[in-house]
Amino acid sequence: MTDIERHSYDVIVIGAGGAGLRAAIEARSRGLRTAVVCKSLFGKAHTVMAEGGIAASMGNVNSKDSWQVHFRDTMRGGKFLNHWRMAELHAKEAPERVWELETWGALFDRTPDGRISQRNFGGHEYPRLAHVGDRTGLELIRTLQQRIVALQQEDHRDLGDYEARLKVFAECTITEILHDPSDANGQPGQVSGAFGYWRESGRFVVFDAPAVIIATGGIGKSFKVTSNSWEYTGDGHALALRAGSTLVNMEFIQFHPTGMVWPPSVKGILVTESVRGDGGVLTNSEGKRFMFGYVPDVFRTQYAETEEEGDRWYSDADHNRRPPELLPRDEVARSINSEVKAGRGSPHGGVFLDVSSRLPAEEIRRRLPSMYHQFKELADVDITAEPMEVGPTCHYVMGGVEVDPDTESAARVPGLFAVGESAGGMHGSNRLGGNSLSDLLVFGRRAGLGAADYVAGLGAQRPVVSEADVESAAAAALAPFRAEGGENPYTLHTELQQVMNDLVGIIRTEAEMQAALDKLAELKARSRTVTVEGHRQFNPGWHLALDLQNMLLVSECIARAALERQESRGGHTRDDFPTMSPQWRQVNLICAVDDGDVTVTHQPLPTMPHELLALFDRSELSKYLTEAELVALPEEKH
Amino acid sequence: MGYDAKFRVWRGDAAAGQLQDFTVPVNEGEVVLDVIHRLQATQTPDLAVRWNCKAGKCGSCSAEVNGRPRLLCMTRMNTFTEAETITVTPLRAFPVIRDLVTDVSFNYAKAREVPSFAPPADLKPGDFRMQQVDVERSQEFRKCIECFLCQNTCHVVRDHEENKQAFAGPRFFIRLAELDMHPLDTADRRQAAQEEHGLGLCNITKCCTEVCPEHIKITDNAIIPMKERVADVKYDPVRWLGAKIRRRTSAD
Repeated sequence: MTDIERHSYDVIVIGAGGAGLRAAIEARSRGLRTAVVCKSLFGKAHTVMAEGGIAASMGNVNSKDSWQVHFRDTMRGGKFLNHWRMAELHAKEAPERVWELETWGALFDRTPDGRISQRNFGGHEYPRLAHVGDRTGLELIRTLQQRIVALQQEDHRDLGDYEARLKVFAECTITEILHDPSDANGQPGQVSGAFGYWRESGRFVVFDAPAVIIATGGIGKSFKVTSNSWEYTGDGHALALRAGSTLVNMEFIQFHPTGMVWPPSVKGILVTESVRGDGGVLTNSEGKRFMFGYVPDVFRTQYAETEEEGDRWYSDADHNRRPPELLPRDEVARSINSEVKAGRGSPHGGVFLDVSSRLPAEEIRRRLPSMYHQFKELADVDITAEPMEVGPTCHYVMGGVEVDPDTESAARVPGLFAVGESAGGMHGSNRLGGNSLSDLLVFGRRAGLGAADYVAGLGAQRPVVSEADVESAAAAALAPFRAEGGENPYTLHTELQQVMNDLVGIIRTEAEMQAALDKLAELKARSRTVTVEGHRQFNPGWHLALDLQNMLLVSECIARAALERQESRGGHTRDDFPTMSPQWRQVNLICAVDDGDVTVTHQPLPTMPHELLALFDRSELSKYLTEAELVALPEEKH
Repeated sequence: MGYDAKFRVWRGDAAAGQLQDFTVPVNEGEVVLDVIHRLQATQTPDLAVRWNCKAGKCGSCSAEVNGRPRLLCMTRMNTFTEAETITVTPLRAFPVIRDLVTDVSFNYAKAREVPSFAPPADLKPGDFRMQQVDVERSQEFRKCIECFLCQNTCHVVRDHEENKQAFAGPRFFIRLAELDMHPLDTADRRQAAQEEHGLGLCNITKCCTEVCPEHIKITDNAIIPMKERVADVKYDPVRWLGAKIRRRTSAD
């Protein structure tokens, strides 16, 4: 393929959300020629949808906050399955990453003394989320976008070309990571580049590059009810698997407790947790604040037992415990699910979320402008005067590419890195709200550094793209045009979403997941003959046909891992194994692709050092750890 | 309450195209983008349209509905009668790529021409102090979702391709205003606003404000104050004298 468009870079970043842009900024700042390749226009990534804020223990609102408290909250939220080192780095570095955004022009809401304001959020002990009303994600993406432009302006000044060292390839989809062949022991070869197509023209493009950073976000478009945008088709997860890397924790899917439920066309769209952080309460059809009945044992001592105490907490957090509406997301989502199943739901199958009786209308419009706007314009509901109807929606995948915590280099494949939602480990079995935007920044920067060090280490010895691999990537991309008489990709996508929603959703059983795997195998077979109409120029049917392959592969990983894990923890609830098991806490499930088949293997969880374990009381640890682990703990703590 | 709606959708590319008629089912609570998606899934799988969040937050699905610049995801079907034919066409101020997708690279080129935020050189990260009341003016402009509907509707460029060179458009006037009103920005952007970004070409007809899906008061809160600030620099006799003296001093 000699006529194919080619570019040569030091590092390719796939994805232009918060993680990808932060990685690109760091890589370029370390002197690498960097390309960002993204499926949408620059500045449209799913990060814009993040509402509540960025968690960082700056201590601006409550000076008792510290990285240790943030670390503790993160581990509790993830039910101790998090990679401790990622949670530690995240808690320690998040404040610097937020302050840095201000130097690039971000304008956060302020405290009375002029610092960055911080708000309460589920699972966070102190007010911790830096925010801009309820559009923090937009502020983050715009700030990083403008930082990229600022770096391009520097290059224009110094080198006469805006794109001399940092270029965004917008509306360009990567379909394969190119790499050297595996060796005799099955060790995958190192990265040599990436293959993709321009959405606009359908023409192919090859990037020669020794390092690729995956920052493609999540997998939500495999589910019917989701808060995720169309881009979330698990591309990075699938690219990494096909390149020989592994995924960790794929069974853990976060169902955000509050998505819109009505009208049908907006079902799943996110209702920010800030509504609860700012005083919103959840009630059922009997008008009862049902969350008081759902506080699990592990959190019993940290949450209010009466409505009065919960209400007092908003004005006096030091002497009262927080209301249970602010439990971690997995707990709240399951509780809403139970209320609806018990017949105490709202008219459209959710529950009520009311902030109108808690705050003056003017204050609601100031603190939650996007929510006000969203409900007014899409559902004819005035949230300053009446309750919202909300229910769980597929929001986030905790699982992702298995990475080294310090450098974000992906397991097994030299030159491959992963970051943000497409990487796994950081959030364990359940992510706390606000920990995603900070994750993007902390590990985005680290991935940029990791890639810079890796490329420097290679010297002049760069792998060369194999022309045969380019040929086969091109053939695979064109397959949907060659097929005849097959099905339309939209039909298969709809069926996939229904399967994942019904059988691998918020509550799971062995029989349902077996049924899901059978159905996924059938869809996989049918997907091989998917047929698209028209030509290659901006053809959404073709784009979906290619994304569908990724969704099917990743969905199979989710279902297989969920079938394997015989316990309930965080974003994985088994009706047939309803409790959390200390034995299973020691196990990470690792997905790989072997000859086209998904395999799941057990791998021990990395052991947390004693100085971090010492941040917890023994009584709390005893709810998570095995007897043997508890015996091994040092006698005296604190 | 479902019904069959009559849609006319522009289909074609840079070379040629025409409106094509469709009859398509509509359900309660739907928006125009839902109907476009139903067309893709059932009648025209290759119909090109941009979209991402479907919640009015990303600004991708900009197009014209019955001639008005709109976000397809925020245009509810119940704002039309069942008998009405709904015409969906691409943004007019930008070159068509295919169907409802246009080439909006003009906006990204203009974005690069606005010098970036310039904080005081000696201010360290973590030491920024600003009052809420002072950041709110710029925050209004940072609500912009870059849907480019304002750029599309602005008559300075909508039917005058020749003005594009000298005119940044409303989206970048609010960017300039945002930076100029930022409590800690040290750059002076007023002269450039007039001379390089074409602020003077705007004759404040407020079309941009009317189409803004974020309800940013583009004209009243950004463009008019910027024009006043520019006038201050340009015509204030004291400033004029001051500038003369400073120039003389620096020349000495």
